[in-house]
Amino acid sequence: MPHDGHDHDHATTFQPDIKEPSEEWEFLEIALRELLIDKGVVSAREIADTVEAWENKTPEAGAQIIAKAWTDADFKSRLLANGNSTVAELGIVFEGTQLVVVENTADLHHMVVCTLCSCYPRPILGMPPLWYKSKSYRARTVREPRAVLAEFGTDIPTSTEVRVLDSTADIRYLVIPRRPDGTDGMSVEALAALVTRDSMIGTATALQPDGGRTAA
Amino acid sequence: MSRFAPGDRVSVAKAFPPGHVRTPTFLRGLTGTVVRHFGAFPNPSLLAYGMSGQPPLNLYQVVFDMDDVWDGDGEYAAGDTVAADIYENWLEAAPQSNRKD
Repeated sequence: MPHDGHDHDHATTFQPDIKEPSEEWEFLEIALRELLIDKGVVSAREIADTVEAWENKTPEAGAQIIAKAWTDADFKSRLLANGNSTVAELGIVFEGTQLVVVENTADLHHMVVCTLCSCYPRPILGMPPLWYKSKSYRARTVREPRAVLAEFGTDIPTSTEVRVLDSTADIRYLVIPRRPDGTDGMSVEALAALVTRDSMIGTATALQPDGGRTAA
Repeated sequence: MSRFAPGDRVSVAKAFPPGHVRTPTFLRGLTGTVVRHFGAFPNPSLLAYGMSGQPPLNLYQVVFDMDDVWDGDGEYAAGDTVAADIYENWLEAAPQSNRKD
């Protein structure tokens, strides 16, 4: 029954709904979750709390790590040698996979992808952005990294080697972006504000103190 | 005990076994250079099926010249590279002389 004199289909909205489960793995997840709840292994609330806790993680921990590395050469050396034990010095827990930290320089620019799925250093960067998990980013980054970088507004000189790191196994990568010029004497807290998520994936450079982007 | 060391030239097996495999298809059959040895990790192709993944496999970062992978059919600069983390059972020693540079 048209309520305002026209006949339109209210089933079509601009806000996409969550898709009804249809894949085998989705039914498997639902069945396993319901069984665990029925048997009292975990509660529905505990599952929801865990999902919420992961969704609440942000790249702030990563930025804190980078700012510390920019200001403390010994810390940076330890970080490059052993990511897991060194971030633990800051009270950051990174367990289950090996954290490998790489440094961007004038000669070498790293950018990270997982061509197989969505491997990402979630404990320190939070959940990966949707584009990181897209087939487009995953397929194109290993083949046309400079085109992908250009779409992020990131121009790396051709004299700088772009090295795409495909995290195909038990390693999670964190990129130390180049420290912007004109930041001598800035506090670790102020420096951390210049370290964006994308700069730690390698699709961007760090911010300059005035909010612009550092030259690569 | 790891079989390869940084700087070693290695070839990725050109194999297409069924099951859960972590070696990217686009690198199979290609030759690259070992950058680092990460240690040994449970075999993911066994872990995926509920097994223990033992014995563990050595895992290496192997870097490839973009040109060796795409032969010009991509958007990269001369000297750009792609590196992947590959388990030892996928790698064979390759002649050092293949290095282009």
